[in-house]
Amino acid sequence: MTSPGSSATTSRLSFLFSSRVLTHLLLVLFAFIMIYPLHWLASSSIKPSNMIFSDTGLWPKEIRLQNYVEGWFGAALPFSTFFINSFVISTLAVIGNVLACSMVAYAFARLRFAFKRVLFAMMMATIMLPLHATLIPQYILFHNIGWVNTILPIVVPKFLAVDAFFIFLMVQFIRGIPKELDEAAAIDGAGPARIYWLVIMPLLTPALVTTAVFSFIWTYEDFLTPLVYLTSMDNYTVPQGLRLFMASTGASAWGPMLAMSLLSLVPLFIVFFVFQRRIIEGIATSGLKN
Amino acid sequence: MENVEPVPPPRLRELSARLFRAQGREARSRTPFSEQNAIAFLFLAPWLIGFFVLTLGPILASFYLSLTTYDLFNPPEWIGFDNYRKLLFEDARYFQSLKVTFTYVFISVPLKLAFALGVALVLNRGISGLGVYRTVYYLPSLLGGSVAVAIMWRQIFSYDGVINQFLLQFGIDAPSWISNPDYALYTLVALAVWQFGSPTVIFLAGLKQIPQDIYDAASIDGAGRWRLLFNFTLPLLTPIIFFNFVMQLIGSFQAFTPSFIISGGTGGPADSTLFYTLYLYEQGFTNFQMGYASAIAWILVGIIATFTAASFISAKYWVHYGDQG
Repeated sequence: MTSPGSSATTSRLSFLFSSRVLTHLLLVLFAFIMIYPLHWLASSSIKPSNMIFSDTGLWPKEIRLQNYVEGWFGAALPFSTFFINSFVISTLAVIGNVLACSMVAYAFARLRFAFKRVLFAMMMATIMLPLHATLIPQYILFHNIGWVNTILPIVVPKFLAVDAFFIFLMVQFIRGIPKELDEAAAIDGAGPARIYWLVIMPLLTPALVTTAVFSFIWTYEDFLTPLVYLTSMDNYTVPQGLRLFMASTGASAWGPMLAMSLLSLVPLFIVFFVFQRRIIEGIATSGLKN
Repeated sequence: MENVEPVPPPRLRELSARLFRAQGREARSRTPFSEQNAIAFLFLAPWLIGFFVLTLGPILASFYLSLTTYDLFNPPEWIGFDNYRKLLFEDARYFQSLKVTFTYVFISVPLKLAFALGVALVLNRGISGLGVYRTVYYLPSLLGGSVAVAIMWRQIFSYDGVINQFLLQFGIDAPSWISNPDYALYTLVALAVWQFGSPTVIFLAGLKQIPQDIYDAASIDGAGRWRLLFNFTLPLLTPIIFFNFVMQLIGSFQAFTPSFIISGGTGGPADSTLFYTLYLYEQGFTNFQMGYASAIAWILVGIIATFTAASFISAKYWVHYGDQG
């Protein structure tokens, strides 16, 4: 390390400054490219269909909210049906995952029982298992008990803690809660059920929120499971509604279709902006898939 | 702690238990094991039922079904390994689906990770507004799997879509990317790479854990930026690179929604986007060939397991854990 002269310091500073500015410029440009498709979706959703491809400016020359009205009633059933179905399924999935996974996680983290190591290893093994390994026999099972074309094949597995990933997330979290709290409660006469509900659950809130947020996002976005199980239109979820719209109108109604596409993303935007920190932290600390 | 207070006054029997429990941690082992065992299994019950009825049972059933022909309405008929033989030696579309999926995985995963790592390294240089950039780059990962984004993608890469409008300004008359068999798959690769934000977030978290004093010590020794990158940062980051690689690999083999939407459920044009899972869906739920589809599913599980295992074996040679870096 030689001591630089004053002119060298200035030039180095200006170099640093310009490289910082350059970095920011590149990052902003890149961010713009990343966001551009979503911006295009938003601006196209308020353009007349015949101008989507001809009017390529950043802001539409003519605003037409009519697309949303036409889109809402554009498929065989109004989108209110699809939104209600999606919200019912997503809400039940959230409740199921939060309750069932936390119960199981509490047992793995705190209670003593037979075959604990084996069962834990089996639970962990299912995290990596591709969905397709069980898809067909599960379908046959639900078909045979008459659950096809109901929401049960989508919702009931959540109440049976099938998303083992969340169990793992919560086990990790519970292990970080001081055991002295359980013991203090036990001294006051609380059994495992009470300790779970009154001591662990309140302290587990951050992990429960992470689980709830991701359960909602994944269930709401899921296309394959509803596609397989929900066969009549009045049971369709939003992604199925969009697909129905696309298949029935073809290329004739781009404006309304893009309007509904954007609308279908609104619940995700809201969840993302409200729980942004929780989502980023959840991804960063536990590497949640996508 | 407030939550512990509403516990009602203990009954007499529990009062005596309190005497033992007052001794703290050791006293725990005195609660009868059988009682705790029973309680624990009550807590485990949802998962146990789920595991046996919805996971283990179906896996075994799926293997059995893969050795039969079964159309859901007539009883399964045992045919031995015929499904597998047909798949591996006779089914040209199955081979096409393998080819498409491997191309997709081997191009999109490295590209996605390279983008994610590059952006994370730039963002990690103490840049202001990190949170905003991270949010913007992450957003596509959150939305990317949805039907809405797939519809949007289909528009952007269509003949009169945004990409071609842009190229037209330079006098380039480009084809419809979506309906050209030579390019359709690469629009899906682009869609996957667009979602590089989630591995970026994981890389950033990993970079934060690298102790700063390593850099201070190294820069006193006169190590330049690139030497620091290749001799310190990247080796210390290999566990995270490995983790991201395995997760992306497993996820990419299972990609379904984008190709289903963009090709209108057909895997077209000319089967050029016939993803593995799309063919599985077609055989199982369009043709109701449940036995055949089970065999397809089993081979997928085998492929994913093989690649995961190979990654773990290779990790011994390039992933640095703990203080060896």
